[in-house]
Amino acid sequence: MGQLSRFWRESEHRYRLLGSKCGNCGTVYFPPREVCPTCHRDSIGKMKDIELSGDGVIESFTVVHEAPPRFSRQRPYILALIKTEEGPMLTGQIVDADPDEVEIGKKVHAVFRRMGEDGESGVIVYGYKFVLD
Amino acid sequence: MELSNDVYIIGAGETKFGELWDKSLRDLAVEAGLEAIKDANIYSKDLQMLYASNSLAGTINEQSNIAALAADFSGIAENHVPAVRVEASTASGGAAVREAYLAIKSGEYDVVMVGGVEKMTDIYGTEIIDVQSSILDREWESFNGATPAAMAAIAARRYMHDFNVEREAISMVAVNDHANASLNPDAQYRNKITVDQVLNSDPVAEPLNVFDCSPITDGASAIILASEGFVKKNRIDGVRILSSAMAEDYLALHSRKSIYTLESTKIATEEALKKAGIKREDVSFLELNDSYSIYGLLELEDMGFAEKGKAKDLVYDDIKLNGRLPVNPSGGLKAKGNPLGATGVSQFFEAYLQLKGKAGQRQVKDARYALLHNMAGTGATSVVHVVGE
Ligand SMILES: [Zn+2]
Repeated sequence: MGQLSRFWRESEHRYRLLGSKCGNCGTVYFPPREVCPTCHRDSIGKMKDIELSGDGVIESFTVVHEAPPRFSRQRPYILALIKTEEGPMLTGQIVDADPDEVEIGKKVHAVFRRMGEDGESGVIVYGYKFVLD
Repeated sequence: MELSNDVYIIGAGETKFGELWDKSLRDLAVEAGLEAIKDANIYSKDLQMLYASNSLAGTINEQSNIAALAADFSGIAENHVPAVRVEASTASGGAAVREAYLAIKSGEYDVVMVGGVEKMTDIYGTEIIDVQSSILDREWESFNGATPAAMAAIAARRYMHDFNVEREAISMVAVNDHANASLNPDAQYRNKITVDQVLNSDPVAEPLNVFDCSPITDGASAIILASEGFVKKNRIDGVRILSSAMAEDYLALHSRKSIYTLESTKIATEEALKKAGIKREDVSFLELNDSYSIYGLLELEDMGFAEKGKAKDLVYDDIKLNGRLPVNPSGGLKAKGNPLGATGVSQFFEAYLQLKGKAGQRQVKDARYALLHNMAGTGATSVVHVVGE
């Protein structure tokens, strides 16, 4: 259970922090969307990929002690909502930091990390995590 | 068949909630269902439709087709009563009652059963946390290590930070649930707890501890709904469902405008009260979806009983069983238990008892109107009903 969907391994959006920008109202979304929740059909076909800088601010965070099996070796880990420079908020781990150093409002930037693998010797999946600036 | 204006609850049943190792998914569903039928003084074959509420049996018990299973083992397979499962994650129960309500309102049926069931202990160890995390956005939340508790904790930390709310106030929601559950023989936990016990329990996702989180629960609840015509014809003294409302929001918490505002709850509550034609001060008690203690406060605010950041003024006294606004006389999700698919239906079981004056030691004085709130995930779906005399 909790295995990584094959489709997700192919997600360049995760690897490159690719969001989408509405060509109608200019709002940036991450995760990417096919349709803008503000402009609806006026945005169809106008959503353009946009690469986020990876810079953001900690909106809130938690230290997770009870975790699913895939994360049990990382316990306790810091999970946060990051408000990115471009606007959208995303969920990600903060790594290479002591929980005592983490605070609401502190600046972070994205790093490229291993997220897990399929089985013992399976395909490795990568993605974003965050470190304190 | 005449077009029905009003929908009534005419019977209700439920199993004990808890870690019921000796009972299977089907045992629980049948036990609650038959009790409701007996209570309504009807026969199984009188049912014209069955809605089965369940959230995760496909994964936890590796059993799909829950509605057929429930109908079959209730002994009505040869009556060929139509049955369908309603799944709206942890709001499945409320959503299933809403479907039944709409079906009777439409004039299609006169007598309908809603049965909710979840058998959560059929899975071992921390696997259940992974399964529960499927109620979030798996690809963009759970993939990164998010769990329902973690997301509630993230909302709690920011809420405490922005409104200067003490950790103690959040604990009071759990303390109140346990106090009420001590009077409910069906509840999973009947022990009273203190604020200190909540604060000193093991951390799950900081700042939330074990005693801030609803438990892993097995259980089932069932209610029988009937049309106005059926109730009048048979001279039944039922409890009326005055209104039903449901609203959605972004699935992932990070997509919401505010991480501690349950917009779906706000909208569904407003609509439910308006359709019922009652005001907040008319509400005799609330059953809230406090799967994590923090949600108790957020829900009180978003349902309009306190301004944002001010629910702390209600949780010490007002929400008590004999307070100004009793919350969760049943014991709530924390102490009565949270068998996902059954939870929303069990709120109706409680309302039915309370409004008929049959809630025993936990009876709310002069109960006239109940406001029932069932929620999925971190607020992606909210279902709100007004039930009254
Ligand atoms: Zn737009």
